[in-house]
Amino acid sequence: MAEPARAKPKPTPETQDFWDGTKAGELRLQRCDACTHVYFPPRPFCPSCANRKVTSFKASGKGKLYSYVINHRPAAPGFTPPYAIAVVELDEGPRMMSNIVDCPQTPEALELDMRLEVAFEKLDDKITLPMFRPAKG
Amino acid sequence: MRRNQVAVVGAAETTELGVIPNMSQLQLHADAALNAIADAGLKLSDIDGFATAVETPQQVCHYLGIKPTWVDGTSVGGCSFMLHVRHAAAAIEAGLCKTVLITHAESGKSMIGKLPRSIPADSLQGQFEAPFGVYGPPSMFPIPVLRFMKTHGITHEQIAMVAVVQREWAAKNPRSMMKDPITVADVLNSRMIAYPFRLLQCCLVTDGGGALILTSADRAKDFPRKPVYILGTGESVETPMVSQMETFDSSRAFKVAGPLAFKEAGITHKDVDHLMIYDAFAHLPLYGLGDLGFMPYEETGKFIADGNTRPGGKLPLNTNGGGLSYMHSGMYGMYALQESVRQMRGIAPAQVKDARISVCHGVGGMFAASGTIIFTNER
Repeated sequence: MAEPARAKPKPTPETQDFWDGTKAGELRLQRCDACTHVYFPPRPFCPSCANRKVTSFKASGKGKLYSYVINHRPAAPGFTPPYAIAVVELDEGPRMMSNIVDCPQTPEALELDMRLEVAFEKLDDKITLPMFRPAKG
Repeated sequence: MRRNQVAVVGAAETTELGVIPNMSQLQLHADAALNAIADAGLKLSDIDGFATAVETPQQVCHYLGIKPTWVDGTSVGGCSFMLHVRHAAAAIEAGLCKTVLITHAESGKSMIGKLPRSIPADSLQGQFEAPFGVYGPPSMFPIPVLRFMKTHGITHEQIAMVAVVQREWAAKNPRSMMKDPITVADVLNSRMIAYPFRLLQCCLVTDGGGALILTSADRAKDFPRKPVYILGTGESVETPMVSQMETFDSSRAFKVAGPLAFKEAGITHKDVDHLMIYDAFAHLPLYGLGDLGFMPYEETGKFIADGNTRPGGKLPLNTNGGGLSYMHSGMYGMYALQESVRQMRGIAPAQVKDARISVCHGVGGMFAASGTIIFTNER
């Protein structure tokens, strides 16, 4: 029997560009053409001023650890506990949930505000997830 | 909304609480409803307004044989019942109905006839949270707490004290699930669930239900029980995605709903004799104390650790033992409301002497929604 798999996102027309981005090795955000507000998750209008003219752009992929838990139980399918579920604050402003890779999953190693950078993890031909690892240098 | 125009005239929980393997979720609704009807001295045919969450109003109304002229199926998580009270009070004042029944029930432990909760893979949560290993409330609700602690200088020991103090209240309550005293060391040595939270900082998982009956304050004086008036109300929602909250230093939904209720009630924090803050997890009372304006966030941990909310303290909080020790079927808001009503009636197992004003604050989802009801027993 196959191992239970991690929950896999299914893009919608409004989010396809984001998932096309991760597949191409880009973390994409959206910026409002009118008020310059940068936001996440993706949608074809600005949640700050309701303007429908917005532009997708490649974000720096850099940010810091805003908060997290280290989940012990129950574990989600496809995960081996303990594993950290983190919220990353991107340098452009928006926050997103992710996992922290290349780092011990311990309170000692996971310091709030530590610098992080995006690391893409391919799930299959359609979906690549944006993960984060401690920033180098 | 005008103050004290609507009152609770019936309130009851299910006959049993805890593990109820002999009843479906729908029957738990009926059990709570029939107990509340009896408490109010009414017949089911007297009910012309109905509200519930998760289950649909049509499901429960049909099962009970109620023919309503007003329904509310607001379902925003565990505080849905606070919102139902607010909406029902407005509906009664507007003349849309006269006597409203609000029911909650959940077969949270036995899972009999419980509706499945799933996250579609193409929802925003399914795309931007589920892939990162969130799996049920324990993996999600505590996500903001490390940031809250760092910003406000709150310690692990202070948050552990929330569970310790609530167990003191639970010990006074014959219907609470957990009654044995616990210490900070017990809490901090209990099984790790999702760091920084351990087992004793997470709510129970139980079966049960509750129901309320509301009518106009003018009619309320003719009912058998002491009326409990609706003094102030508030509600709001923020986001279903915990990762997308505006900040983890506070809850926007709390900061809207709570102050709205205080303003409507025309009271200050000094007027509050009794307080319920929905405690699905141990950090919620700290958020609540700060977001409702009782004190600066920095003082919330020390306030609880110093014993101000324990039996005999100056601000009795979660006097039934809370979701941590009394019961938590999944949507605890109804039980917080039931305890506020008992306190205002003067019949609570751990009765706060001469309590006149009770604030009951609820959360829905993971800080996704909020509702606040302020009760009084004086008109």
